[in-house]
Amino acid sequence: MPAVQETVDRVRMIDVDQYRYGFETTIPVDKAPKGLSEDTVRFISERKREPSWMLEWRLDAYRRWLTMEEPGWARVDYPEVDFNAIHYYAAPKGISGPKSLAEVDPEILNVYKKLGIPLHEQEMLAGVKTRIAVDAVFDSVSVVTTFKQELQKAGVIFMSISEAIREHSELIREYLGSVVPTSDNFYATLNSAVFSDGSFVYVPPGVHCPMELSTYFRINERNTGQFERTLIIADKGASVSYLEGCTAPRREENQLHAAVVELVALDDAEIKYSTVQNWYPGDSEGKGGIYNFVTKRGDCRGARSKISWTQVETGSAVTWKYPSCILRGDESRGEFYSIAVSNGHQQIDSGTKMIHLGKNTSSRIVSKGIAAGFSDNTYRGKVSAHRRATNARNFTQCDSLLIGDRCGAHTVPYIEAKNSSAKFEHEATTSKISEDQLFYCLQRGIPEEAAVALIVNGFVKDVLQQLPMEFAVEAQKLISISLEGSVG
Amino acid sequence: MLEIKNLRARIANDGTEIIRGLNLTVKAGEVAAIMGPNGSGKSTLSYILSGREGYEVTEGDVVYNGASILHLDAAERAVEGIFLAFQYPVEIPGVATLQFLKVALDEQRKARGEEEMTTPAFIHFVKESAARLGIDMQMLRRPLNVGFSGGEKKRAEILQMALLEPKLCVLDETDSGLDIDALKIVADGVNSLRSPDRAVVVITHYQRLLDYIVPDTVHVLYKGRIIKSGDKSLAHQLEANGYADVIADAA
Repeated sequence: MPAVQETVDRVRMIDVDQYRYGFETTIPVDKAPKGLSEDTVRFISERKREPSWMLEWRLDAYRRWLTMEEPGWARVDYPEVDFNAIHYYAAPKGISGPKSLAEVDPEILNVYKKLGIPLHEQEMLAGVKTRIAVDAVFDSVSVVTTFKQELQKAGVIFMSISEAIREHSELIREYLGSVVPTSDNFYATLNSAVFSDGSFVYVPPGVHCPMELSTYFRINERNTGQFERTLIIADKGASVSYLEGCTAPRREENQLHAAVVELVALDDAEIKYSTVQNWYPGDSEGKGGIYNFVTKRGDCRGARSKISWTQVETGSAVTWKYPSCILRGDESRGEFYSIAVSNGHQQIDSGTKMIHLGKNTSSRIVSKGIAAGFSDNTYRGKVSAHRRATNARNFTQCDSLLIGDRCGAHTVPYIEAKNSSAKFEHEATTSKISEDQLFYCLQRGIPEEAAVALIVNGFVKDVLQQLPMEFAVEAQKLISISLEGSVG
Repeated sequence: MLEIKNLRARIANDGTEIIRGLNLTVKAGEVAAIMGPNGSGKSTLSYILSGREGYEVTEGDVVYNGASILHLDAAERAVEGIFLAFQYPVEIPGVATLQFLKVALDEQRKARGEEEMTTPAFIHFVKESAARLGIDMQMLRRPLNVGFSGGEKKRAEILQMALLEPKLCVLDETDSGLDIDALKIVADGVNSLRSPDRAVVVITHYQRLLDYIVPDTVHVLYKGRIIKSGDKSLAHQLEANGYADVIADAA
């Protein structure tokens, strides 16, 4: 209940068209020259002091990418991206990798403070809050990773992927690209060539990660693309919960964020991956904003493993994203819980894929799309059962809520069962916030914006419950803020 | 408390005139019944009083506690103390009834510059009123009106009325869909809210409800106007003879 109240207050306080995280920070940077070539790839690899095999891996991806074409099947529309007008690497001067907190430029620490991201371990330890280890990625580099030592005691490796490439090359060589191969798709291949930073997590056999892990991505520099790469491995019987958050300054031009996230769960392992995506969505005219073209995939490689994706998507001008699960291990389970909110001129084409390969595998999809303003919101989902996937089970629930009459909601399910014992269920609804509902709330003294916030929070409740507690409250606020100004 | 003066109003979309020169005065402490055949404008009147969008007032005024309220939106009127018990209460999935009540109460208090009620005080307040209406607290944890029976919905409306403590209560066909036991409970609830500084307008099709909520005045609404007013005996007369005589007299 207090959360709803806070939401309402928050919505009141903000002007229409106000993105809270849109501030810009001036920091001296080290940038790659604009444009994309083998030299760009070499530049990035060199800045990150990578071993030669990594450079070769990147170059191989780059050469493949040159032969590929941008996919056009998604229900989104945007001007062609000029890949030569982008800087592929930007790092605050003097930082080529994470440092201790004391060494980080106070200006950068200030950015995270403004964003409300806790980086001081002591503060967290002293407070009553849950402890969360954070990897802070600023443009192309990780600037700090907290609680590293403490996690190490438990055997958990949590560091930037750039460091991991140098320090844990055996794990990287075994797992990187094993879920999303370099040839996977246009944007994943581009990412493989020029990926900048992201997080690496390895949880050893039987270990339950002692705290929440999270990575916070911030795009700061103008005309810069961010190419996040994250790899999480839960070894046999291990478990981990991970959260990612993202913001960017308000800018008139569009910026590209093309991420690849790979998850690997071995026998009996469990990974819970939550995203609160709040990239700058563009202004009320549809100018500016982030292009969010993301490939996220989890491989339930071991028997009885479980991967769960939860996403709250409120930002970005264009989103193209399908966090998926490959249910390879027998009795493995995949889950996808999504809230996708679009307002203004935002376009979202998002959903999931549940690929059932093993026996007795199960999956569950709960997707809640909310479209307002002039936005378009598409759920695209695939559920398939391989010939060997005896007793595969899926339940899909896909609900759309429309606010106003100039937005669109679309559902595009693909269902494919090659095994006759598979049981797939799909339920879909589309509804509008009705005038009756609004009038009813108004009549009880609840003003219009608070009424919309209340009705929407009711609509997404099942999914919010899947988020770690402290983020559920944050997500609820975020949803209300994104919808503010959507009625009337 | 309420003075409707020569009111004319139409549906904004198609211009159909529904209220055609309606005059009505309801004093503080009074229970006024508005009766009339189907299509006479009863529900429209309740929407215009509560400020629902989609209706246009073309002439006349609605004066509440000495000032016109026509410029206020529905939420502002609610804060001023106007409450409408709906004929068909609306479902809001995923929002627990208790949560809805708390938000409504907080919003109204905030708009009046009062302190928000603490959660324990709120729960205590709800428990008391709910018990009087025979409402189980479990029901209030369910999403608002979702899967409620007809009786539960109407009791939930009266519970909201009790909690929000309005000055002017408009009950729109509160008896529809209720069996006799539920009707008694709802009527008891309304009666317990009668007070010298509160007015109640009961809109109903049948006299039955008025056996339990006994009105001070009865008004017959026909084609958007009050064509006859009287005391409670008028309701009995209507029950016995139907509307035809009254309509013929007025013509």
